[in-house]
Amino acid sequence: MADYSSLDIRQRSASTETPPAIRSHMEVAKLIDVSKCIGCKACQAACEEWNDLREDIGVNVGVYDNPHDLTPKSWTLMRFAEYENEGTGNLEWLIRKDGCMHCTDPGCLKACPSPGAIVQYSNGIVDFIEEACIGCGYCVKGCPFNIPRISEKDHKAYKCTLCSDRVAVGQAPACAKACPTGAIMFGTKEAMIEQAHDRIEDLQSRGFDKAGLYDPAGVGGTHVMYVLHHADKPGLYSGLPTDPKISPLVAFWKGGAKVFGLATMGFAAVAGFFHYITAGPNEVEAAEEEEAIEMEDKARARDETEARPH
Amino acid sequence: MTIHTDVRDDRSHVLHEVKVETPEILLVPRYTGVQRVNHWITAILFTLLGLSGLAMFTPFLFFLSGLFGGGQATRAIHPWFGVFLMASFAILFLRFWRLNLPNRDDVEWSMKIKDVVTNREDRLPELGKYNAGQKGVFWGQTVLIGIMFVTGLVIWDQYFYQYTTIDTKRWAVLAHSLAAVIAIAIIFVHIYAGIWVRGTGRAMVRGTVTGGWAYRHHRKWLRQLVGTKTRHGSTDKHGS
Repeated sequence: MADYSSLDIRQRSASTETPPAIRSHMEVAKLIDVSKCIGCKACQAACEEWNDLREDIGVNVGVYDNPHDLTPKSWTLMRFAEYENEGTGNLEWLIRKDGCMHCTDPGCLKACPSPGAIVQYSNGIVDFIEEACIGCGYCVKGCPFNIPRISEKDHKAYKCTLCSDRVAVGQAPACAKACPTGAIMFGTKEAMIEQAHDRIEDLQSRGFDKAGLYDPAGVGGTHVMYVLHHADKPGLYSGLPTDPKISPLVAFWKGGAKVFGLATMGFAAVAGFFHYITAGPNEVEAAEEEEAIEMEDKARARDETEARPH
Repeated sequence: MTIHTDVRDDRSHVLHEVKVETPEILLVPRYTGVQRVNHWITAILFTLLGLSGLAMFTPFLFFLSGLFGGGQATRAIHPWFGVFLMASFAILFLRFWRLNLPNRDDVEWSMKIKDVVTNREDRLPELGKYNAGQKGVFWGQTVLIGIMFVTGLVIWDQYFYQYTTIDTKRWAVLAHSLAAVIAIAIIFVHIYAGIWVRGTGRAMVRGTVTGGWAYRHHRKWLRQLVGTKTRHGSTDKHGS
């Protein structure tokens, strides 16, 4: 979303200016307790409602996921996975609310070439500022969770804003507000971690001994966290990455490659200048012009001799 | 009748004398008009691609996007410049690849690179139309433009997003940017060589070089040209 006037910025894409830092801010987080989710999609409806989005009518491909994937108009999506637990013999329906994880170290922001098109507020929310977005799709390549989507209509990137506009005025995100089972909670990151530990303790006491919190360290932690019953196997939840981090390709492209590039181009230009002021220009000498004329004259003379009849 | 007095009159005589002393100069055709147009279209597109691409490469140069009407417009037009450059360069390639095949002289020339950069032309072997440096620019650009074209398609999300995985696109965008900076560095050397080696520019601007230039830098080519010219009694229109 576009309006960030009431929030301080911690990081701004493609910018070298130091953001304001004197105010201390609490980090916020959304905690999604997958074990409490019933897959009602109220969060999806609330997201569309609050953000004034209307997904196009799609088609059913035989699964509950609707729509099939995140889109520029669907910023959150319930992903349904069936899991046959060999240990208990139970069929488990693992429903994960997918969407932006609001990484502390956001790959999208790191990849973005347009100044200020992606910002991270001091409360941890990562937001796309569509006015500045150029539609290059670099954020898609930077994201370790495959979240941003580029609209074919306006060629701009969209994703969950964590309802930054609501959070800025002290409200919880629309999805958290709408969730009927309390599976989506919102508060300070500290409080959410505490809440998660209570839930994990409860789950562990009821047989889910691998229950745990998903707050991946590879991206510096996230501001959307999951309580998973099988925290040892995040991949079960429709391919949630086990150890997400910014791809080394992206890290090099945005780090070493930039330095290498500017150094290589700069060196080529500077080397030329210094060569010129030391070696000087390579000039043709008058004698060489004469040699060339002589060479042509000789060739012509030879030609005429050959052409003369005997 | 008015008599015009001109302060330059005093000097006109001197100027005239200088003119008389100017030695006769042989002009040798090096590039045809079509070849020059082909080269300069490629050069203009390369410049536009470089400026628009660098805008997206580093925040320090994002301001260059202003030249193309802003970030969105830069993003949209950059790949189209690329398509046209590819077409233009392909024609250039077909024209010149044969002349750029390496030979023994290139090895010797490369070994004496120290004499090359210190303008000791007298110590270098006689060369055909191109020296190893020029051939290096040709093949370097061929490979790098090829890489940039293919990887450019992979990251042209507007039309080709669905055909590759995100990880492939990450490889592509990295290779694209590395190839680009190397290509730009090579072009800097290419442009500098044109400034450093006097008399070179006229080959691509007027189509001809002086006999002395050809004698100094590409004597084998000049010998061949002079031979062909007299034998067939006409100038070599292809400049080869």
